[in-house]
Amino acid sequence: MNAPGTPLVVLDHVNKHYGELHVLNDIDLTIARGEVVVVIGPSGSGKSTLCRAINRLETIDAGTITIDGQPLPSEGAALAQLRARVGMVFQSFNLFSHKTVLQNVTLGPMKVAKQSKAEAEAQAMKLLQRVGVANQASKMPAQLSGGQQQRVAIARALAMRPTVMLFDEPTSALDPEMINEVLEVMVGLAKDGMTMIVVTHEMGFARKAADRVIFMADGRIVEDATPAEFFDHPKSDRAKDFLSKILAH
Amino acid sequence: MVIFDNLPLYFEAFLQTLSLLLLATLFALPLGVVIAAMRISPVGSLRATATVYTEILRNTPLVLVFIFCFVVLPILGVVLPFMFSAVLALTLYTAPFFAEAIRSGVNGVPVGQAEAARSVGMTFGQTVTLVVLPQAIRSVVPPLINVMIALTKNTSIAGGFFIFELFGSGRRLINANGDQVIAVLVGVAIFYLLITIPLGQLADALERRVAIKR
Repeated sequence: MNAPGTPLVVLDHVNKHYGELHVLNDIDLTIARGEVVVVIGPSGSGKSTLCRAINRLETIDAGTITIDGQPLPSEGAALAQLRARVGMVFQSFNLFSHKTVLQNVTLGPMKVAKQSKAEAEAQAMKLLQRVGVANQASKMPAQLSGGQQQRVAIARALAMRPTVMLFDEPTSALDPEMINEVLEVMVGLAKDGMTMIVVTHEMGFARKAADRVIFMADGRIVEDATPAEFFDHPKSDRAKDFLSKILAH
Repeated sequence: MVIFDNLPLYFEAFLQTLSLLLLATLFALPLGVVIAAMRISPVGSLRATATVYTEILRNTPLVLVFIFCFVVLPILGVVLPFMFSAVLALTLYTAPFFAEAIRSGVNGVPVGQAEAARSVGMTFGQTVTLVVLPQAIRSVVPPLINVMIALTKNTSIAGGFFIFELFGSGRRLINANGDQVIAVLVGVAIFYLLITIPLGQLADALERRVAIKR
């Protein structure tokens, strides 16, 4: 069951509307254990909504989402338990602004996973080391650069020992010189075999680390291909148009 | 001079004002928390109830609330001690102001904070108590103190309803010392300022501390 290649996240006929807008249109998607999937597409294509639906920060109108064979619970303690196993990294970092960097990473393990403080702190320091911000552990989030904050956010998500990590445009709010330090951490994670779903505009990352690229437009999955196939030989006109626009300069 | 001659009287009235303030805060603050929680809750009927209560009480003159507690309730057969009625009126009137201060503080915490908390697996209760409220409280304390300052001044209405507090003491002293009206009122004002100025300074100090932490 835990072997690489077995299905981990399965979306089956998922639909969602925002009023008139059909933001997720009959999405079928299977992500295997250990797979790194990059989701790209024009803004408003539904890619962020897709990412957020997987840990139910967005509800869906129809269809099913299962993680590790378990359907997403609708609310309550069961949902909280499931979310603990799904790491999420946000565009705007969302570090707890009243907690230090270290506390940001230990809060979930202590309060949700009921680890002891010593255990949680030892693990947190290891993770902060791994993302390269261990020397900032006692600072408040606001004292860190955007790139550092995002790396702390990755450590915070990893501290819950997730089976899958969701990244919702993790570098879109960063200054250009800070994008690489975050992408390097993500590439490292991918190499370690973490299952990742990454919504991003970073084509370099997609080529380097992704197993698959999903191209979305108007709430649909338009293409599902390897990075090489997708970037070099896009099949649909939508994808060709999109790539020509973002790769023009 | 009339102030120094009547210090014991002023002091007795001052203590009564202070106990009105403290008792009303003691009851109105928890009630305000409940109303604020109702107004941000996902349950529509709770939201509606809290909204109606807030809008009615907040937009009614305090004197009317006092008349309701001191005149209407006895007519309806509910006879309460005067002090009890005064605290009730002040509590009913002040709770919505506390609630609005708390609600604006909670709304001031970015949605992403709650989403991040939920995404590490926290329950709704943990999200509120560990992440949202601690951040809301920092920005909520100064406005809460401002509500208390307004409440301090509002306790004077009780002086018109059989309670011997600062305003009531002023009236009694004016009746007895018609030639020293200004001195009597200055004395009353000083005792109010004894409460409100320290409160205001506390609010300022807390506001500065919050500003530094951010």
